[in-house]
Amino acid sequence: MTATACPACNAAPAAERVAEAAEPNMMLSVPGVTCAACIGTIERGLAQVTGITGARVNLTNKRVSLRTDLPVDTVVGQLSKLGYKAFPLDAGVLGQESDPAGRDLALRLGVAGFAMMNVMLLSVAVWSGAADATRDLFHLISAAIAVPVVGFSGQPFFKSAWSALRVRRLNMDVPISLAILLATGMSVYESLNGGHHAYFDAGLSLTFFLLIGRYLDHRTRASARSAARELAALETQTAERLDGQGRAITVPISELAVGDCILVPTGGRTPVDGTLQTPEALTDRSFLTGESHPVQLISGASVSAGEINLGAPLRMVATSVGEDTTLRRMARLVEGAENARNRYTGLADRAAQVYAPAVHLLALVAFLGWILISGDVRFALNVAIAVLIITCPCALGLAVPAVSTAAIGKLYELGFLVKSGTALERLAEVDSVVFDKTGTVTLPGVSSIAEELTETEKSVALALAQNSMHPIARAVQTALVDVVPAKLSAVEEVAGCGIKGRHGGVDVFLGRGDNGLTLIIGDKERSLEKQETLRDGAGEAVAALDAAGLNIALVSGDAPSNVSAVAFELGIRDLAAGVTPDNKHRLIERRQSDGQRVAMIGDGLNDTAALAAAHASIAPSTAMDASRNAADVVLLRDGLHDIPTLFRIANAATRLSRQNFAIATAYNLVAVPIALLGFATPLLAALAMSTSSITVLLNALRVRSAK
Amino acid sequence: MNVLAFLIPVSLILGAVGLVCFVWTIRSGQYSDPEGDAARILMDDTPPEDR
Repeated sequence: MTATACPACNAAPAAERVAEAAEPNMMLSVPGVTCAACIGTIERGLAQVTGITGARVNLTNKRVSLRTDLPVDTVVGQLSKLGYKAFPLDAGVLGQESDPAGRDLALRLGVAGFAMMNVMLLSVAVWSGAADATRDLFHLISAAIAVPVVGFSGQPFFKSAWSALRVRRLNMDVPISLAILLATGMSVYESLNGGHHAYFDAGLSLTFFLLIGRYLDHRTRASARSAARELAALETQTAERLDGQGRAITVPISELAVGDCILVPTGGRTPVDGTLQTPEALTDRSFLTGESHPVQLISGASVSAGEINLGAPLRMVATSVGEDTTLRRMARLVEGAENARNRYTGLADRAAQVYAPAVHLLALVAFLGWILISGDVRFALNVAIAVLIITCPCALGLAVPAVSTAAIGKLYELGFLVKSGTALERLAEVDSVVFDKTGTVTLPGVSSIAEELTETEKSVALALAQNSMHPIARAVQTALVDVVPAKLSAVEEVAGCGIKGRHGGVDVFLGRGDNGLTLIIGDKERSLEKQETLRDGAGEAVAALDAAGLNIALVSGDAPSNVSAVAFELGIRDLAAGVTPDNKHRLIERRQSDGQRVAMIGDGLNDTAALAAAHASIAPSTAMDASRNAADVVLLRDGLHDIPTLFRIANAATRLSRQNFAIATAYNLVAVPIALLGFATPLLAALAMSTSSITVLLNALRVRSAK
Repeated sequence: MNVLAFLIPVSLILGAVGLVCFVWTIRSGQYSDPEGDAARILMDDTPPEDR
């Protein structure tokens, strides 16, 4: 069935036309999009730009897709004029379709729901007394619906079961697949031979309910793109290569070779690793070090891919390209760490390891037992299948996803975005918490400026700061947000030093002086203290986590004096300063191999590997895309107040999941003896299945009242 | 009981219509941006090019 061939599609051709008109060819990440007003501003603003059509904002993924022939930089410029910072994404790397796996599951779920309802209608007639030819006809119609649907909708379970069996392991999907397949197969045989009992409705509702669990599980992770893929998309896609005559030619990065001379414009990212040729340059290495101190480089210094050029355009010679660049090496490190964590066995899988063999054994015993007692193979097989269906109620498949979906919904209201299905279980197991300093517990700030300076000095400082992309200049802008900037002329950035200009007939300067950040107006010189401010609620969060019995540590790439000052203020005794990204990652791994279970809270690209390696990880919403993607939980609010609540809800959710398993087991203890004795009917199976599922779902909702 | 010969196909066809509609909603990407769609209902109807 194709989209164009079905009548329903033609009933709404308008939507299709819109989609066809603009097949997007460019995608940008716009983290600042938060509400309906932003969508309107961006879409209307971009529609007025000639050359851009079909701009569409995806609020869920915080992306803009559009069709244009303009260069990426122009589009980024247009967006920053509208007030939004945008980062180009490589559409090829991320894939055009937003969530193919989710669509696939939703489709299978819809088909299973359709079939289950129709078969259930027919089954109700059989249960209420349809006999003979009518019953056989209804069974045959049910079979005609059920067999293809089970074959289609059950595939996720069959595939997962098969991949487990191939490595000689049992997971929850093995008994599920067996129950679905045997129930359907046996029912087909019974229907053809005029038997009384057919389990088509049981097989289908099993598929349907379990697909709901699977879909809920998938949705909780849908926003989680692989951090490694985002890292790859962060790379600039084209570079300016200089030919023999010094002319710049724009080429795709994949065509760069070692020894090429490359021009990096102001504000651009370095495309590959290389050595600097320009006498001096200023770059922001925050993605590597996490600390937003711009780095002053001189000719011959090595530059790694992904650094932002803050000064004048620079020239560099490529030393390593493609898979060998620092950025790609980091992406591989993250990928490796993520794989390690994906091997974590969730509560559901651990339950399955005990449960699956027990169920198979029980069904086998029932089968052999009834052959011995009655000698009737067909009846014995019927009993064995009834045992499989009853012991495999959806309750077990729903127990964990239902609780985590309810808990994740509750946490979302509190400002937490939980992305990984097993994140809550892992958070509940954590016994120590490692905080990153810069950007996580502290924010760069120039807080004292506002109080010390006169009005003129403030307005000059702001006017100068507005002309620079430097992180400290940006901090000055934040501190002086309600000041009117002064009028300046002849503004010029002095690379690595600051910004100078003229105001009211005198020279003015903001930048590096003998005592740190200095503002000079004429011959008057003011030293501005640059200091970090603690993020809101950091103190309370640390105190509450400490009271909850967790070990707390502070890790930073910053200088020891700064780190210990912050640690003292927060009351953290365990600290490590001057740690490189690699060592952060290793530090987490070392703690974990010592038997600790570490939760990492960090924001920089340099924390990405550590976030991925930790048992559980949290990133603030101000973090880089890649770190947000490596983290299990993203903190959407500014303050850290609610972090202890996150841990409490994670504990409550894990406790409720265990309770749900207990409830499902209790149902089995009642229903299994009935099935073993041969009294199970399709009606009883349907009742047991739905009551236990509903009880488990209702119990899961209790997590919403957890404090 | 002859009415069954008529009613069963009717019920199956109605179900199939619902299923086809559902398949269309998936294929036209109506589940790809739930947050954005929730916000868009608050915006003006006039498409940008008509202004």
